[in-house]
Amino acid sequence: MNFDFLSDPRYHVWAAFWMTIQLTFYSAVGSLIWGTVLAAMRVGPVPLMRAFATGYVNVFRNTPLTVLIVSTSVVLADTLNFHLASRSSHTYLADDAFRLAVLGFVVYTSTFVCESLRSGINTVPTGQAEAARAIGLTFLQNMRLIVLPQAFRAVIAPLASVLIALTKNTTVAASIGVGEAALLMSEMVENEGNALMSVFLVFALGFVVLTLPVGLILGTVAKRLAVKR
Amino acid sequence: MIRFRTLGVVVAAAAAMALTLSGCGSDNGNGNAGGDQTSTAAASGGGGGGGGDSIVDKAKSSGKLTIGVKFDQPGLGLKKPDGSFAGFDIDVARYIAKELGVEESGITFKETPSAQRETALGNHEVDMIVATYSITDKRKEAVTFAGPYFIAHQDLLVKKDSDITSPDKLANKLLCSVTGSTSAQKVKDKYPDVQLKEYGGYSDCVNALKSGAIDAVTTDDVILAGYAAQYPGEFKLVGEPFSDENYGVGLWKGDTKAQSAVNAAIEKMQSDGSWKKFLDDNVGPSGYEIPDPPEITEK
Repeated sequence: MNFDFLSDPRYHVWAAFWMTIQLTFYSAVGSLIWGTVLAAMRVGPVPLMRAFATGYVNVFRNTPLTVLIVSTSVVLADTLNFHLASRSSHTYLADDAFRLAVLGFVVYTSTFVCESLRSGINTVPTGQAEAARAIGLTFLQNMRLIVLPQAFRAVIAPLASVLIALTKNTTVAASIGVGEAALLMSEMVENEGNALMSVFLVFALGFVVLTLPVGLILGTVAKRLAVKR
Repeated sequence: MIRFRTLGVVVAAAAAMALTLSGCGSDNGNGNAGGDQTSTAAASGGGGGGGGDSIVDKAKSSGKLTIGVKFDQPGLGLKKPDGSFAGFDIDVARYIAKELGVEESGITFKETPSAQRETALGNHEVDMIVATYSITDKRKEAVTFAGPYFIAHQDLLVKKDSDITSPDKLANKLLCSVTGSTSAQKVKDKYPDVQLKEYGGYSDCVNALKSGAIDAVTTDDVILAGYAAQYPGEFKLVGEPFSDENYGVGLWKGDTKAQSAVNAAIEKMQSDGSWKKFLDDNVGPSGYEIPDPPEITEK
């Protein structure tokens, strides 16, 4: 195995993985918020919202991620002229690509967050929601004070899986030019034809280092916080 | 009891899946190779894997070759909607195959994207690669090259009325190239004040150029000429090249017999006028000026 390429100053391995972490972080925060809103809509009392959330989840959950990410750039930015960065900026293309990618990941990952959360809501006994309504809580108060706190505690482990999947999914952003790990990997593949296996190994290892602790830590947290019934 | 039953179902499902998968595999093999005989030939070639093998012998005895090409580059290697192939690389591949005694019907074209080229040759999945494959020292450690059969230069493709007339006028312009490609890396190194968009394929870049989202597409001139020929009258090449890329034919590592046979074929192709004709046919319509054929350097 030949790992000479790691000492090549052209390659900024840390910077690339840092970009992966940033992509994951912003996408995760966005997905959590939008996914929670979607879940609330799906169990809510307004038929129109229920229909919208159901349709949304079924459309975007079943769309290939590559199609989604590439279309944020090709359709939204290039064709419809919808940009998320200012043209006068010196990092316009890079910022635009990053933000469009985050948008794409949020649109996609929120459907999985929504569905996990909905299964968590199902673990809360119906009687509790009924009791909450009986003492006069509105739907939103009911969600915020009674249902969601218990639902979240029940779905930490599944959400950890979603987060791990998201971390690895961020590699798709290379296809619209976000300078994360997968983009650096394709540069290395292009230049280091004699050390392909080592290149793949380095990146596989990098992702294991990122995702393994997430699974372990959130697994422990899930056990500690589980609602004892 | 229930647990055992569940286990049984799981095992059965796994077995069924394995069966389907292996079924798929053999189907594909036959479909690609176009007959039983080739798939055995390919299998024995792949299985052998020893140093002494040469595709020259294989081509002679079986009359078949599997050639790695690009499927998505107009003018060079393009798979058309009807399943046929066209392009300069395709014509070169057919010519070389013919010189090795393989007719057009005996050629199986296989897609070899940039990241898979060394591996596909390394495990003998393909017999040779003719796919805008630049000869570099690092790649030479993994594969043997013949050629070069063409020298391309990195250039810029712009709209017909663009104000970019040379690479010096790129400040603050938006460029596009393929993710991780040599051309993309060269722009980042040489023109740090240029903003670069990277897409998975050149077609996305060309579409962005068409809609005005970016100002220029950059990569090897002959690839750009292929796109210019596809959209006549819309784009032009700037014509101020800033690098050399030597396109070679990728061969199994150590297959020197094939190397000299392919080199002979390339020389014949250049001297009998076929080389120029192939270029004229494929990228001529773009107004691309056809250069002199290169010297063979890989011997």
